[in-house]
Amino acid sequence: MATPILRWCCPGRRWVFAGIGSVFRHGRGVPTGSTSSGKRGQSTVAQQPLITAQKPRKGEREWAAVVGLEIHAQIASNSKLFSGSQVDFAAPPNSLVSFFDASLPGTLPVLNRRCVEAAVMTGLALDCHINRRSLFDRKHYFYADLPAGYQITQQRLPIAVNGSLVYSVCVGKRQSQMVTKTAGVKQIQLEQDSGKSLHDSLRSQTLIDLNRAGVGLLEVVLEPDMSCGEEAAAAIRELQLILQALGTSQANMAEGQLRVDANISVHNPGEPLGVRTEVKNLNSARFLAKAIDYEIQRQINELENGGKILNETRSFDYKLGCTVPMRDKEGKQDYRFMPEPNLPPLLLYDSGSLPTGTDPQQVINIDQLREQLPELPRVTREKLVQQYGMLPEHSFALLNEVGLLEFFQNVIKETRAEPKKVTSWVLNTFLGFLKQQNLAVSESPVTPSALAELLDLLDRKAISSSAAKQVFQELWRSKGKTPAQIVAEKKLELMQDAEALEQLCRSTLEAHPQVVTDVKKGNPRAINKLIGLVRRATLGRADPTVIKEVLERQLSS
Amino acid sequence: MLGRTLREVSEALKQGLVTPTELCQRCLSLIKKTKILNAYITVSEEAALKQAEESEKRYKKGQSLGDLDGIPVAVKDNFSTAGIETTCASNMLKGYVPPYNATVVQKLLDQGALLMGKTNLDEFAMGSGSTDGIFGPVKNPWSYSKQYREKRKQKSHGENENSHWLITGGSSGGSAAAVSAFTCFAALGSDTGGSTRNPAAHCGVVGLKPSYGLVSRHGLIPLVNSMDVPGILTRCVDDAAIVLGILAGHDPKDSTTIQDPVKPFTLPSLTDMSKLCIGIPKEYLTPELSSEVQSLWSKAANLFESEGAKVIEVSLPHTSYSIVCYHVLCTSEVASNMARFDGLEYGHRCDTDVSTEAMYAATRREGFNDVVRGRILSGNFFLLKENYENYFVKAQKVRRLIARDFVNVFNSGVDVLLTPTTLSEAVPHTEFIREDNRTRSAQDDLFTQAVNMAGLPAVSVPMALSSQGLPIGLQFIGRAFCDQQLLTVAKWFEKQVQFPVIQLQELMDDCSSVFENEKLAFASLK
Repeated sequence: MATPILRWCCPGRRWVFAGIGSVFRHGRGVPTGSTSSGKRGQSTVAQQPLITAQKPRKGEREWAAVVGLEIHAQIASNSKLFSGSQVDFAAPPNSLVSFFDASLPGTLPVLNRRCVEAAVMTGLALDCHINRRSLFDRKHYFYADLPAGYQITQQRLPIAVNGSLVYSVCVGKRQSQMVTKTAGVKQIQLEQDSGKSLHDSLRSQTLIDLNRAGVGLLEVVLEPDMSCGEEAAAAIRELQLILQALGTSQANMAEGQLRVDANISVHNPGEPLGVRTEVKNLNSARFLAKAIDYEIQRQINELENGGKILNETRSFDYKLGCTVPMRDKEGKQDYRFMPEPNLPPLLLYDSGSLPTGTDPQQVINIDQLREQLPELPRVTREKLVQQYGMLPEHSFALLNEVGLLEFFQNVIKETRAEPKKVTSWVLNTFLGFLKQQNLAVSESPVTPSALAELLDLLDRKAISSSAAKQVFQELWRSKGKTPAQIVAEKKLELMQDAEALEQLCRSTLEAHPQVVTDVKKGNPRAINKLIGLVRRATLGRADPTVIKEVLERQLSS
Repeated sequence: MLGRTLREVSEALKQGLVTPTELCQRCLSLIKKTKILNAYITVSEEAALKQAEESEKRYKKGQSLGDLDGIPVAVKDNFSTAGIETTCASNMLKGYVPPYNATVVQKLLDQGALLMGKTNLDEFAMGSGSTDGIFGPVKNPWSYSKQYREKRKQKSHGENENSHWLITGGSSGGSAAAVSAFTCFAALGSDTGGSTRNPAAHCGVVGLKPSYGLVSRHGLIPLVNSMDVPGILTRCVDDAAIVLGILAGHDPKDSTTIQDPVKPFTLPSLTDMSKLCIGIPKEYLTPELSSEVQSLWSKAANLFESEGAKVIEVSLPHTSYSIVCYHVLCTSEVASNMARFDGLEYGHRCDTDVSTEAMYAATRREGFNDVVRGRILSGNFFLLKENYENYFVKAQKVRRLIARDFVNVFNSGVDVLLTPTTLSEAVPHTEFIREDNRTRSAQDDLFTQAVNMAGLPAVSVPMALSSQGLPIGLQFIGRAFCDQQLLTVAKWFEKQVQFPVIQLQELMDDCSSVFENEKLAFASLK
């Protein structure tokens, strides 16, 4: 299955305000240079004008946008947060509902250990402080897909706080330069997912599916340290990779395993932050970036025209490409938070504080989880750059596609070709073919061994690089054939018979006296024409440099 | 036979003096004869007889499951019972048949107990009279006792006797009446602010509220999760200990139950009274306390002292704030717990289908009585963002002070506190309903709710009859998780006071069924 890919490496962004600078100027969309005022970001790179600055015309005000994100990631666990019901995205409606999930009176929540571990691991990966004691609260609101009339969450004392998410964005004219940024992680809390409501407006009824009700969620709150859609999208993409590397969430946005709400405001640099709006229903990274940039522009327009920004919830209409106020969220909700009395405080331990004589099944040791943390994407990328001399953006590209890194590493293992060559082939040719046919790496008809063999042929100059492309195409089309077979069938191997080549060159010279004359007159292009003619005669199997050598020798003799 | 205690009848079953089926049939027939009490909402006759049959088979094979095998029990109608309607005496849950058993119900059934039925209560256990449920009020069996009737005859002449029936107290009035009227040997109640101890005192039975966390709440339809405890009503302290021994212990389905293993509760006889220290909280001597209860309280204290125990006056300085604090915390949790009753997944649903919101509103208006709606309203008020700090948080802080009061007293060397359970004996229904539910609850929970806020074990033991011939109970309060010590003291007290047996001959035409073979059974026991 193909995963949606963030377009951060693609040139030619389509939306208006995709500049990396934190400052927006009203106008037809040319981002101005950046000033760091009013931005709470903690970029590891000094703030500098990344895009050629234009001096604001007189009377034009500068605008800075502030973006914070709330992410809900469904925890990858076998059972729900507080009940034994199975978690499965594709099960028939209402087939995974326990008595507790349906809020039958008298049922009580029982905390799922796996979900706690997932929260701790995510907290550790995001450099958070893990609270040794955290609490559960009830958040009340009436909604048909919330059977108990409240959601159990962690409002007062969440499981993890004060972390940071390091992510990178592409800058420069060709979007080829990577800049590292940091967004603060305010907190990570455990909470229940709701069920799903399906509104049938035709029959004016609502259908409820409780399969999702009670599934464990990690709510990750990112500080308003971002300043445009692209930054937000990049931060989300990095978080997604981290969650997937940890295995704490599948984090597939299309399947709703990762849901993002954005808090957006604009203000004049140096002045207090503006009134913020919340944009919901952002179900892909692309729409997230689009929605944020639209909303920033809308707020600027509104304020420039003397209007006011309302503290409201808006939703992104992806068909119209704009944000609209959400009707059912009108008016302030009072959630009447209250401690969840059926769950004692959640206590976590480290190796030092572990009470003696306790059942290890009953306690969670943070240090033990820390030791088990897998390698994080950032480290993997650094290793790639170091080990293979790869450009940073290539390391990003390799991690961005599920399975691509593993594919790359398997090719590297089996080939003698240079890592740079392998990188280029994997990221350009291989990935290009996948994209063209909308395939996932796992669905590729070309195996790592096949590509490795092909690159070996190329490496020992058995075939030309143009022949190699041809072989690759053939590999893609006809599964099961080896590159060597294809080379043999199509007679693509380079001519190794020097005598035959001499013969071919000689007959070519004889057949084209006019071109020979041109060469002798000193026309530099004439020799290329001859090379081309010989290559054609060899059916492309001879190395052009060798042909040139032979021709030059024959002409001068 | 029915007049005996659980322990006695259990012995009789083991000796073959009576069979589970006989016992079950006699209880069922007595339930029918005492229908006027309105103690039961549902009588699960068929299931009980089937359970009795199974039990009988086990006895024949010599494979009895233990002390409870073949013993008729009743369960308050706010415990989930698989396949048996569970209503909470509310329109909201009328017709609701749960698909699962509460842990405590399951434990009773696993021990071979016979479930006679589900007992009456105030709607969702909100009340102190067992008068405010949709199935009507529960009548106190003592209304029909020889003891009470004779006293009344002396005083009033010509009045209609039947219009002067007494309330049972509540909210577990049905369970108290069921045990008091011999229709079962033990019953489950629930106790949030005194709901087990209060009716126990009014009905002349033992009412135990175990330590919070000792007994699973899974399947108990909650009133206040942080205070609710399944309660046990029996005819003697030993019986309560037997039932507690079966119910107590960790339940993986209730995260607030203790992890430590629980030993069976066998009660030793107190021999050395000199090591015992009884505390008398001075704040419990309130002006509203009836002189009769007060004098019995003093008498009890003197009894302990004369037998060698140390009896000292102690102070629980935050007592006067307790009832207000209880009110805030109780209604807040009620507002939250009642949110699930929206008519969607189960329970009552109105006919309105204009919109989801309209449906919620109408469903809840039709489903809940005024008391429940009133508590939901005040609870939501206390939980509003602007009020949360001033009410809920403050009440929680006071709750901690109240709990600390008890800890301080127990740390000073006191083993058990002795207090009244209620202000007075049971009052006639006509008098009770002169005040509204809230006022009544505030008065009736006075001595009992602080214990719930502190999570302590407490037991009401009947001491004597009032001048009107009605039972008066006293409350013992123990250290957290020292339920066994508490019951040991209660048992000693019970033995000293020799509370009289209720004489229900006038109520039941065929009183012989209750007391037949009495002498025979007695002779063969102990």
